[in-house]
Amino acid sequence: MADVALQSNRAAAQAARKRSSLHKMLRRKSTVAFLMTLPLILLIATLVIYPAFYALHLATLNKSMQRFVGLSNFEFLFKRETFWLVVKQSCIFAITAVIFKALLGFIIAHFVHNIPAKGQRKWRGMLLVPWVIPPAMSTLAWLWLFDPSYSAFNYTLAFFGIGPISWTGDANWARFSVILVNIWVGAPFFMIMYLAALKSVPEQLYEAAAIDGANWWQRIWYVTLPMMRNIIAITTLFSLIVTFANFDIVRILTAGGPLDHTHIFATWAFRIGIEGSDIPLGASVSLFMVPILAVAAIFILRDVNKRGNEA
Amino acid sequence: MTTVTIDKTAPTRKVKYGSMSRDRTWALRWSYFFLAIFAIFSLTPPIYMLITSLKSSAEISAATNPWWVFHPTLENYVGLLTSNQFLRFFWNSAIVSIFVVTITMLISVPAAFALARMRFWGSTVLATGVFLTYLIPETLLFIPLFKMFAVIGDWSGIQLINRWYVLLILYPTLTVPFCTWIMIGYFASIPKELDEAAIIDGASWFQTLTRIFIPVAFPGIIAATIFAFTVSWAQFLYPLVFTTSTDQLVMPVGIITTLIKGDVFNWGQIMTGALLGAAPPLIIYAFLMDYYIAGLTAGATKG
Amino acid sequence: MADVTLRKVVKRYDEVEAVRGIDLDIADHEFVVLVGPSGCGKSTTLRMIAGLENITDGDIMIGGDVVNDVPPKDRDIAMVFQNYALYPHMTVAENMSFGLRLKRYPKAEIKTRIDEAARMLDIVELVDRKPKQLSGGQRQRVAMGRAIVRNPKVFLFDEPLSNLDAKLRVQMRIEIKKVHQKVRTTTVYVTHDQVEAMTLADRVVVMNHGRIEQIGTPNELYHKPATKFVASFIGSPAMNFIPCRLEDLAGKLHIRLTDRVVFPLPPARAARYQGVPRTDKLVLGLRPEHITEAKPHSEPGVETFDTVLDVTEPMGMETLIYFTLEGAQVCGRVNPNAGARDGGPLRLAVDLNNMHLLNEVTGVVL
Repeated sequence: MADVALQSNRAAAQAARKRSSLHKMLRRKSTVAFLMTLPLILLIATLVIYPAFYALHLATLNKSMQRFVGLSNFEFLFKRETFWLVVKQSCIFAITAVIFKALLGFIIAHFVHNIPAKGQRKWRGMLLVPWVIPPAMSTLAWLWLFDPSYSAFNYTLAFFGIGPISWTGDANWARFSVILVNIWVGAPFFMIMYLAALKSVPEQLYEAAAIDGANWWQRIWYVTLPMMRNIIAITTLFSLIVTFANFDIVRILTAGGPLDHTHIFATWAFRIGIEGSDIPLGASVSLFMVPILAVAAIFILRDVNKRGNEA
Repeated sequence: MTTVTIDKTAPTRKVKYGSMSRDRTWALRWSYFFLAIFAIFSLTPPIYMLITSLKSSAEISAATNPWWVFHPTLENYVGLLTSNQFLRFFWNSAIVSIFVVTITMLISVPAAFALARMRFWGSTVLATGVFLTYLIPETLLFIPLFKMFAVIGDWSGIQLINRWYVLLILYPTLTVPFCTWIMIGYFASIPKELDEAAIIDGASWFQTLTRIFIPVAFPGIIAATIFAFTVSWAQFLYPLVFTTSTDQLVMPVGIITTLIKGDVFNWGQIMTGALLGAAPPLIIYAFLMDYYIAGLTAGATKG
Repeated sequence: MADVTLRKVVKRYDEVEAVRGIDLDIADHEFVVLVGPSGCGKSTTLRMIAGLENITDGDIMIGGDVVNDVPPKDRDIAMVFQNYALYPHMTVAENMSFGLRLKRYPKAEIKTRIDEAARMLDIVELVDRKPKQLSGGQRQRVAMGRAIVRNPKVFLFDEPLSNLDAKLRVQMRIEIKKVHQKVRTTTVYVTHDQVEAMTLADRVVVMNHGRIEQIGTPNELYHKPATKFVASFIGSPAMNFIPCRLEDLAGKLHIRLTDRVVFPLPPARAARYQGVPRTDKLVLGLRPEHITEAKPHSEPGVETFDTVLDVTEPMGMETLIYFTLEGAQVCGRVNPNAGARDGGPLRLAVDLNNMHLLNEVTGVVL
């Protein structure tokens, strides 16, 4: 009996000692880890999360930011015709641009993948240039190509008896122009992503499909697309976010004109909040980007987590 | 009997072979044809920048073929490169980008190491949070940030708005999450035994990071550095919102706000400035294309 | 140089007990191999000795000092990993000297140690290469060199030969043994390969389900296994297990395998098994080399019987034969000239002097 008691006593003491030392070690390691991530945490907390909530707060103030006005900023927006114009244009802009970027990227990636590996580097290098140039700089070139009086495009089109087209002056042409420039900037990104995905599809799958009698279209439909589904989905969602939140291209090319017809949320928020000094209203406008961003983010996150679990 | 079968199959086979290789040749020709069209589409704006930058104002406003330079001149380049204002923009951009790259790497590399290797309470949540932050665009935050810095200026008297160094605080919000994310991917791909070997060899966590992980994941470091640099160099919204005095401006905003004066567009100088502004990322891309592309694809393919 | 002692060492991951209380004394200079199937806790045990895993309960002592809370770097150990874990950005020499450089050894001292280790492992001409430029066997040598230059109290090997092809594995096995003979450092070596365990070890520790099944010299384990697990794990082809019964016939103890096959036990064995209850479910354990073709003259304790073979496997110096007894597949080793053929009859001899009798339920060798 005494023996048993002694033993259990010793075991308990031993366990306690072990626990405390274990605790110490864990604490040391996690303290180091915490310190290493601290700058990151501080950065995200103060410059991303805090401003995001601060935007919510700002949206409930009046123009001079002295009075709480509840949702009246939003009520005011809903009554303005321009706001609905912006909503419509933002959706048209983002969806059209993303669809064409995805399609064009897919097609170009296939052509690059098709040619001998030796030359691929060179073509890929040229085709990615639009993505590498800062958008603000390249949009200036487009602005000059679209110039009302000296447009190089109109000069060329005149030979075919077309034009002159008012690229940035006419509302519909201006909408077309901003989308075109956005496609020009963004399609190479899709191309690169798809190309990387294409390279990861094992060649044997195509050989097996060819032996099974699949033609090139069936090979794309039954082999390429299923294998690339993940990368297509995630790239499209990424691009949807970035395109929806675009600023540079519209701001430089049309600055929202003519008559606010090409404004999207970001440029209009800038016009109202910074140029018009109505910070609460500007914040309200930019908050309308949140729902669509959140939906896209949830889908991306699901995909990322799924892959994380598989790995 | 057998000879007959062989005679029959042999020619058909040959025909099939011939048609297949012909198909391939045509597929290849079409590929090159369309690639050439896409390449023209891709390269037209930068080439047009170059063409215009070599023209005098007189030639630009003349009704000649805009696609050709009849009297090439370097006057635009000389004009910009001797202008103190333009050099100031370039200098500001360079300083901001270099500082931001340094800050970014100092924050994201240790954080990525801790998140990839030192599992601790909340580390998975934090990793996901980092990824989510990367998805939040700057266009959502510029208004509250602007107001925040204005309030800080009023309270503490530290004036940050309209100072180039405010960008050093702002840009890391764009670069750090993504760089951390891709570094987590690179670090996670290093075999676990390597840090265990280092620990047994007597390395501390810090030494494991600096002497093993950073050298081994060096391609990732380069990719992240390139990303941070190109993002800082190209950023347009934040400097447009936060800086206004000409001596505080960076390249993109400087070119657009100073060279476009009212309705008078000095296109020769604008295109020259745009080309010079595009040059650093293009040069980096030309020399480090593989790292550039690795960084580009790492965000979505590593996970 | 030091001895290593484990006292009631336990490792629990959440709810899973990977190691369930291990006691082990490893003497100075000894080469001990931990062997067992995957998931038996052998690697976890090694990693606890290294300090890469915390121990949940118990004590680990190196050179008489309890090292439970001592970080790996202060335990004075060196470890060789399965995938070598060479630093890819360092040359061979830098790889080997990394630990010494961290401890700020003088340059000259580092150089002599590297030279010495490189000469011992025959990698002198490789010291300026990067791991990528080395073959698997060379990497293995470098990994060992990295351990040797540290001149630690204990070497730990974690399945170091698993990534090598069969031929190289045999070669490196000999190499490891030679190194140990030279440096005489206490060594703990983990493997799942019983041949490696038998050939390398001074003593083998057979582990299963987080417990030690048996500790002993290779010969002890082979000839006197304590449990059915050890008996079946050690030896290739594995020991045969045939269901059997003990019977007293004409005042002598007999073992009955089938209705027709009954053998009298040799006197020594009979004495040993006298006390076993006749009703117990028993298993006869016989190594293949103790089932051979019948010789013309009889020997004491060697009994013969006739059977029909299922399959034969000619190996050159011997032929492996397979037949069925009471539903159990049995393997024997016969002379290539004994006339064994697939599906053919053969008269076999069973050497009962080397038999083992096991309790089917408890798995204990009686």
